[in-house]
This record gives sequence, C-alpha cells and structure tokens, in this order.
Amino acid sequence: MTIAAIAFWVFAIAAVASGLMVVASRNPVHSVLFLITAFISAAGLFVLMGAEYLAVLLIVVYVGAVAVLFLFVVMMLDVDFVELKQGFLRYLPLGGALAAVVVAELIMVAGVWTFPDEAGLARAHPAPTAAETVAHGAPNNIEALGLILYTDYVHYFQIAGVVLLIAMIGAIILTFRTREGVKKQDAARQIGRKREESVEVVHVKTGQGI
Amino acid sequence: MGDIGLGHYLAVAAILFAIGMAGIFLNRKNVIVILMSIELMLLAVNINLVAFSQFLGDLTGQVFAFMVLTVAAAESAVGLAILVAYFRNRGDISVADANLMKH
Repeated sequence: MTIAAIAFWVFAIAAVASGLMVVASRNPVHSVLFLITAFISAAGLFVLMGAEYLAVLLIVVYVGAVAVLFLFVVMMLDVDFVELKQGFLRYLPLGGALAAVVVAELIMVAGVWTFPDEAGLARAHPAPTAAETVAHGAPNNIEALGLILYTDYVHYFQIAGVVLLIAMIGAIILTFRTREGVKKQDAARQIGRKREESVEVVHVKTGQGI
Repeated sequence: MGDIGLGHYLAVAAILFAIGMAGIFLNRKNVIVILMSIELMLLAVNINLVAFSQFLGDLTGQVFAFMVLTVAAAESAVGLAILVAYFRNRGDISVADANLMKH
C-alpha cells in the first residue's frame, strides 16, 4: 500500500466519521466542530487528487469563514438544544433507510463507471499533470486554473462576485434592526438647533427660587 | 484496497451526500443542523466534481467546483441571516411548527 493510498483511507474515514458526527451529535457546537474536521479531511482528499487550489480555498472559505459564522450563530441563539434533539430516533428508521438506498444506488452507478476511450478528446481545458509541471515547467494547478478562470470563464467569475455581493446585502438587510431608546449623536439636529428653542431667560425674584 | 481510483472518491462522496440527506430527515427540529447537512451535501458534490475533473484530466470541473463553493458560501450566509431574523420573531428555531403562513 502506497503512502497516497494510506492518506486516502485516513482522510476518507475521517471525512465520513466526522460527517456522521455532524448529524448525530447532541450539541450543535460539537456539530460545527465536526463540520470543520469534515472540511479539513475533504481538503486533504482534494490535495491527493491534485486540486491544491480548491483545497486551500476550502480551508480558507469554509473553516475560516462559514464555520466561524455557524459557530457565532449557534452560540448567539439562546435555545434549549436538548429539546431540539427530540424526534431524532423517531425519524431514524426512515432517514437511515433512505440514506442506505441512496448510497447503494450511487455506488452501483459509480462502481461500474468508466470513461469512454474518446473521453480525452472532449477535454475543454486539459489539466497539466504534476509530472509535466516538474519536467518542463507546465503551469501548476493554481496557474492553470487562473489561466482559464480569467479568460474563458470570466463572466462566470464576475457573476460569482455579484452573487456574493447580493448575499452580503441580503444578510445585512435581514439582520438589520433599528433599536428604540438608544442615545445617539445626531449632527444635523445639533446644527439645526435655534437659540429660541434651547435657551430660556427666566426672571427669578430674589429669595424665591424657581 | 491498493490502488485508489475514481470509484473510491465517488464512493466517499456518495456516503457523505447520503449522510447529509439523512441529517435533514433526522434533525427535523434544528435548522442549524439542517443547514450544516446541506453544507455536507454540497461538499460531497464538490468532491465528485473534482474527482471527475482530475481523472478526466480536464480543469473545467474545478471551475464548476469553484462556483459551487461560491454559491454555498452565499447560501449559508443568507440562511443564517434568515435564521437569526426568525429567532428574533419567534423565540425558537423549530421548523416543525413553522406554519405561520398557513393561518
């Protein structure tokens, strides 16, 4: 067994086990932490396949941003999580059976899958192999991906940016609320103040007070 | 056992996808875990795309995976924002009795 095969089994088993724990864990904080483990294992699988850029992206985007966002929300919401776990066992037979059927079907399809002989001819953007990169300086994974992402797929790239912008605006609008009773400085009101409405001259008789 | 081929990666992706699907069924009450299950399913799809891309020798699949990653990040941001707004209005996050629109 080669080192690559051992690494594959380690990452694959870690990914599946932490995926199971995401679903089965009692405490959602543990679920988020297992989700992070699952993403790191998947990033390891990506590196084994030679997709280094996506592996790094997975760690930066998911572990760095999405998982932390989940963690914030889980800790911010004050919910009784034990009560939320009710019904888990009731749906276990149905959910488990459905999952088993889906796994069986997908593996039956994937197990017999082979590329047709002419598949190589259909390549839109041939990927440089690691051997080519080492031997005669072909672009590595990140360079090759950048070469097609900024040329052939530039419109998709920009649409991805728009999607992220809209998601950002949507998230801000959904969680934005104006609070009542918060003392804030209002520069326009301060400048617009007139003498008559803020100063009052009171004639106090001696010895009487106001 | 020895040689790792396309089928191995596809099997891992299939199992992860099914776990995510089962998670949606099992955690009917907890929206946060449902969102995490959706993330797991999208991760499985990404593993599929990258595996096919690599074993076919075509980079297009990795561009696809890139787009899936973008949409997944946007989806979880908006989903969590909706969750926070829902919690503020209702005081809990149970989807089982989210039937305000019925009445």
